Amino acid sequence: MTQQDYLKDISEIKDLMNKSSRFISLSGLSGILAGIYALIGAGIAYGWIYDLKESIETFEYHETSLIKSLINGYAQHPLGFKLLILAMIILVVAVITAYILSSIKAKKHGAKIWDATTKRLLFNFCVPLFSGGILTLVMMQYGLIGLVAPITLIFYGLACFSASKYTLGDVKYLGITNIILGLINTQFLGYGLYFWAIGFGVMHIIYGSLMYFKYDRK
Amino acid sequence: MKNIILNINKVFDHRIRLGIMSVLMVNNHAEFNTLKELLGVTDGNLASHIKALEKESFILIEKQFIGKKPNTKYKATKKGKEAFKKHIEALEKLIKNS
Repeated sequence: MTQQDYLKDISEIKDLMNKSSRFISLSGLSGILAGIYALIGAGIAYGWIYDLKESIETFEYHETSLIKSLINGYAQHPLGFKLLILAMIILVVAVITAYILSSIKAKKHGAKIWDATTKRLLFNFCVPLFSGGILTLVMMQYGLIGLVAPITLIFYGLACFSASKYTLGDVKYLGITNIILGLINTQFLGYGLYFWAIGFGVMHIIYGSLMYFKYDRK
Repeated sequence: MKNIILNINKVFDHRIRLGIMSVLMVNNHAEFNTLKELLGVTDGNLASHIKALEKESFILIEKQFIGKKPNTKYKATKKGKEAFKKHIEALEKLIKNS
């Protein structure tokens, strides 16, 4: 065997190790679209909250401090429920988009969308995600609305971090970025929506584009 | 130089065997069909290379039934993993030296 043969062997080994252990069909484009959905959602939510703020300011300002009335207002107001539904719709649409675009990419590679790597990826992604999701519902139950944004960011970041070993490595940095954003957000509780828009919107667009140019366009 | 060639393992001197070991290095186990798809080989071809690796006790075969369907899993043994690592190291050195 010549040196060329050995080099070919090694690149084949690398390729097989990647293909067999990682879900490489994850579409970067779906990340970009998820980011856009999140920004649209944040825009809608901003409009709703802005209206609520005005109504609270005019009717309840004299009772307690503004912050307190805002927190109670969110918890008791039907808007809290409306926001939850909005977030759920965005999540479902983003997941469906990711599924469709990744299937297309998998087909192009001649890979299967549903195999051992997909199962492992989803399992490692869902454990932190559902823990965070349930914790978020509990916090809404106790009216700790201010912590919802940072907690969702942190747990989503953890989910990406934990899943990154089983898919494209860039997902790890998306995870770390969201964890950091979430932690910073804990010190600026009133600005959850902005952090959400950055974490779920802008960061998805940035990392989605990175992945799109790095892997999809080949 | 002599030492390097000693570490080049004859058993791995074939694409498919190298492929099987690569997959089993990074996965706890793999099924026959998974290996077949990943490597793009025929049943008979894959089976003969699996046999060769098993003979060296580089891989383990686990047979079980899922319902009524037979299901065969393959795992790399400790011996197999070490031999594979040595083989890769030898390959690297060969490339660097030449």
